[in-house]
Amino acid sequence: MAQEQKRLALWQGKVETEVEISGDGPPLLYLHGPWGLAPDLPFIARLGAAHKVLAPRHPGTSSGAPNAAHAIDTFWDLVVYYGELLDRLDLKSVPIVGHSFGGLVAAEIAASMPERAKRLVLIDPVGLWRDDYPVKNWMIMPDAARPQALFANPTGEAARKFFAHPDDKDARVASIVSFVWAQACTGKYVWPLPDKGLKNRIHRIAAPTLILWGKQDGVISPVYAEEFARRISGSRAELIDEAGHLPHLERGEQVASRVQRFLAGA
Amino acid sequence: MKVCMFHLMPYRELPQDFAQRYNSAHIDPLWFDVADADRVGLYYNLTLDELVYAAKAGMHGVCTNQHHQNVYGFMANPSLMGSILAKMTNGENTAIIQIGSTLPSTSPPIRVAEEYAMIDCISGGRLVAGFPTGLPSDATISNGVVPLDQRERYREALDLVMKAWSAKEVFAWNGKHYQLPAVNLWPRPIQQPHPPIWIPGSGISSTAEYVVDHDHCFCHLSYQGAKNAENTADRYWELAAKKGRDANPYRFGFLQLVGISETDAETEEYARHAEYFYHNLLHTPSYYQAIPGCLEYNALKQAVANPTRNFNLREMKFKDLVERGFVIVGNPKSVREQLLEAVKRLRIGHLMTLLHFGSMPSALCRKNIDLFTREVLPHLAPLWDDEWEDRWWPQRLRETRRKPAVAGAA
Repeated sequence: MAQEQKRLALWQGKVETEVEISGDGPPLLYLHGPWGLAPDLPFIARLGAAHKVLAPRHPGTSSGAPNAAHAIDTFWDLVVYYGELLDRLDLKSVPIVGHSFGGLVAAEIAASMPERAKRLVLIDPVGLWRDDYPVKNWMIMPDAARPQALFANPTGEAARKFFAHPDDKDARVASIVSFVWAQACTGKYVWPLPDKGLKNRIHRIAAPTLILWGKQDGVISPVYAEEFARRISGSRAELIDEAGHLPHLERGEQVASRVQRFLAGA
Repeated sequence: MKVCMFHLMPYRELPQDFAQRYNSAHIDPLWFDVADADRVGLYYNLTLDELVYAAKAGMHGVCTNQHHQNVYGFMANPSLMGSILAKMTNGENTAIIQIGSTLPSTSPPIRVAEEYAMIDCISGGRLVAGFPTGLPSDATISNGVVPLDQRERYREALDLVMKAWSAKEVFAWNGKHYQLPAVNLWPRPIQQPHPPIWIPGSGISSTAEYVVDHDHCFCHLSYQGAKNAENTADRYWELAAKKGRDANPYRFGFLQLVGISETDAETEEYARHAEYFYHNLLHTPSYYQAIPGCLEYNALKQAVANPTRNFNLREMKFKDLVERGFVIVGNPKSVREQLLEAVKRLRIGHLMTLLHFGSMPSALCRKNIDLFTREVLPHLAPLWDDEWEDRWWPQRLRETRRKPAVAGAA
């Protein structure tokens, strides 16, 4: 499988970002969630079986460029920034898959630049708000409550890998710092609540859309699957059994095959 | 040196089982479960009375602070308290130390510039302008500030406040976080170009660097006592020296819990109030303060690589708190000696004493103030002044010789 990393300087040179490029096939843009790109690499490898996956790191989360987090001021700037990134990757119209925070960014790109999103897959996306089902703030959770909120099986293999840090001291520090800093960089655009007006723009999404949701998502209730589905015409929502907020890690094979089938036009 | 009284304005009568009911002093405790507005009205008045009593007994300054949504201290707007203190201490040589309003969570921040200028005018130029960044939970949870923006907003807001205080012309402010079409502040502080600036910090990080760069006074507001602050103080003085600053002790402020009794045996009278403070009021789980983004990248790396020692406060008894130096207690002579040693060791120019803590009733607080001002303060006050000028003290108070402290004067 082809694998390379591109480092792009964007936003008048103020934001450097790494784009992981892997797999073979037509291009696909993958946008990661609040915990950085690292935990999603196994899922990206699955998608790479049928696509050339281009996975940029959100501003501030690329190695050696943490202060890029301060260079994009507003949510609006962030969406325009992703327009620039698509230009630089020469992606005129591309399927976009996004998880959690990345799902919100994917939806915003598809709403503000409908021609850029060929197809859209939203995996447990944030971005809407219901008072009767408040989204849990993943940045202020007790450590002990995190596995339960993020995973259907809080002691399973996926959870264990997700929270593991290396034993070597330097590697451990780097791993913890990147886990925390990725939340800081992405949280910047959705604090204090992840409702930044997508509800006003979501009707502009024209791409065929698949919404996938872990049935046991403890961060954002699966009732939101229907919220997204009824606002995006031509979309459909599917729930994933035995999966929490990270179904692409907990049920990676199943999620990947559903995504592939959908992208193939099924 | 200058010695001041600091007050947190805590909830003094929490239910016995508070620690079992709540895992946090912040955010979680429900008002209608534990609090009573009439009692809180009393606490605000007692707090003001105790601070005024301390001022009249000879303390050099009185300190207020801002916190939100918690039982540990809830002067939600310290300027409300500071303005009353300014009025009630007119005629005393007492500094009104606002340490203070939190800029990142005040929008627009020139509101703080205005309030401080009002206090400076009401007090006749006795204001010390303190600018904390604010607890992460206060800024980001209680006030909704984006964690990653907290320090950026702070620095921009402080620049704006300083300019607003002394600008001779009307100006527009076009910042990243704040935009104002015409800034022409009314009133301006009596102290020009600005009152003395004190900036609190809990360790040596980007805040301490900022303070030294700008030649302000750095205040280490720790609740772990002078004994556990030696490393921080040493690093602060190293930083100051490295940046070419002199060793003027007035560059440094420190907070210390103090309880004085007539005899050592009687200091047990402070035991349950100290335990109440550390067990109930200070208990905050890390997920409410270590919020991703509140530490900037380099500080985060530093914190992860060198984690600070976390004491399990709820397991510490009064005896432990005293032995480990969190609280300084004793008879007047003993407290005097302990404080003199600490002040010299850390080079403290501005000592802030917490003479009220936890559930302490007002009568005990007043006795503490009496013994402190009569038996301890006169021995601390002459320190440093033969060699150093306090450039971080209101000008008009620098020129006034302090009257001798009078025991129990009220």
